[in-house]
Amino acid sequence: MAQEYKLILKHADEPGYTPDIECYLRHGGYDSLRKALTVPVVELSDGKKKSAQEQIREDVMKSGLRGRGGAGFSCGLKWSFVDRRSGKPIYLICNADESEPGTFKDRQIIHKDPHQLIEGMIISCFANDVKLAYIYIRGEMPKGAKILNQALKEARAKNLLGKNILGTGYDLEIHVHRGAGAYICGEETGLIESLEGKRPYPRIKPPYFPAVLGLYMCPTIVNNVETLCNVKHIVGMGGAEFAKLGTPNNTGTRIVSLSGQVKRPGYYEIEVGKATLGQLIHDPEFGGGLLDGRKLKAVIPGGSSSKVLKAGEKFKLKRKVDGKDVEERPIFLIFLMISIRFSKRAP
Amino acid sequence: MSFSIPAGLEAEIDELITHYPVRRSASLMLLHAIQEHFGWVSPEAVQWTAAKLGLEPINVHELLTFYPMFRQAAPGRHQIKVCRTLSCALGGSHALHRHVCERLGLDAGAHGLQTTKDGKFSVEFVECLAGCGSAPVMMCGDDFHEGVSGKKADEILGGCK
Ligand SMILES: Cc1cc2nc3c(=O)[nH]c(=O)nc-3n(C[C@H](O)[C@H](O)[C@H](O)COP(=O)(O)O)c2cc1C
Ligand code: FES
Repeated sequence: MAQEYKLILKHADEPGYTPDIECYLRHGGYDSLRKALTVPVVELSDGKKKSAQEQIREDVMKSGLRGRGGAGFSCGLKWSFVDRRSGKPIYLICNADESEPGTFKDRQIIHKDPHQLIEGMIISCFANDVKLAYIYIRGEMPKGAKILNQALKEARAKNLLGKNILGTGYDLEIHVHRGAGAYICGEETGLIESLEGKRPYPRIKPPYFPAVLGLYMCPTIVNNVETLCNVKHIVGMGGAEFAKLGTPNNTGTRIVSLSGQVKRPGYYEIEVGKATLGQLIHDPEFGGGLLDGRKLKAVIPGGSSSKVLKAGEKFKLKRKVDGKDVEERPIFLIFLMISIRFSKRAP
Repeated sequence: MSFSIPAGLEAEIDELITHYPVRRSASLMLLHAIQEHFGWVSPEAVQWTAAKLGLEPINVHELLTFYPMFRQAAPGRHQIKVCRTLSCALGGSHALHRHVCERLGLDAGAHGLQTTKDGKFSVEFVECLAGCGSAPVMMCGDDFHEGVSGKKADEILGGCK
């Protein structure tokens, strides 16, 4: 039977869990960061050395983590494209623009467990030699921006951020940057233009691949909120262990945003590939079925760039939800249920 | 008309500029800070921001005309944003919008931001606010409200002073 598996949202909805750093620390917060910062350098047989950073990047590759921002691109591979030889600074941007119709997962993380994101970011920055990073949050989340700023302040006060983090000699600063109501800012090159203080017109690839020519024409990593949270768990449990969650080609968990005319709309975290669309819609622990008097007409399994599945396409409903299987193109794993009512016209 | 930025706001702005290696990057954050203070961004504020960041006024003006959140005229003191994207539309956001407009004496069918004559409220439709699971949703100022029934909307409006 399909069931929830809570990794990212493990604590968020627990009674008494608060977004402040003390609560986060009581729940083992920043242990993964401490672990990452103290990974010993490994001496290879040929006399070469492998740094902590390289080892973490390898572990993320091994974990099989795919981006949670939409395209589902391998996180480890994306990091491996970063131009580390140019001598230019490397930037990291957390994409918290969450504007894709039907997605409402990043808001939950930011509001309820902001330090999880910040810990994931600090580790990701450390692994990629990033000294300056930004959280690009959509303008319509002013509360979220305040919560993040407060959390960053708390992290700075504990020397988890800023100069010489925990005495390791590593410096990092993270700032919150607010968008102002434009959906296209979620697209990574548009986001970068916006962060440069311009209109968010997307850049043409090639040549503007962020890993090489990103923010200020420097190598830049853009990752989604949920992706960066996962990095914390990969370091915590080890990439190989993480890869056991989900399916071999698509690992970990996914926060599914279920909305529309179901009895229990909401966000549900599942192991990737361990629930079918039908289960998500009908099972009592997920959607609980359609609202009374309604008949399924269509399902949108992703954002506006995904295909609308008509109710007649029964075989689709049996497919497993694992980002890649349903369609090769971007899948946002959002379910908008469109249904019709028998008796009355829809409002 | 003289335009001046109070010292406290300027200090906040100067601090924001330090967040970026390139001054221009601070544009959006400056416009947010200015709009939060004045309610909108006047042509004088555009000139001031451009000078502050070493830009041409057009570089700032083009942001105002692109990004929907920035105002080129004073809106109501309380700004209501009702989500009209699919999940909320299925959940009754159009009825909610109509209800709010009728209560405030605004034309629900008119396009764009509608402001009451006394300047107390502005109402507009916006796109998905990332709260689709609890449709219909709306914002009142910085506050986000979920599952907004007509009754709940009345309470929210009633709570605005
Ligand atoms: C039109 C458009 C809108 C997008 N909006 C978002 C968004 O709101 N949040 C997000 O994380 N990614 C969004 N993306 C995907 C980003 O471009 C980018 O692929 C993603 O942030 C990479 O992060 P990931 O590798 O961790 O998934 C959007 C892409 C497109 C084309
Ligand atoms: S559709 Fe209204 S919040 Fe997403």
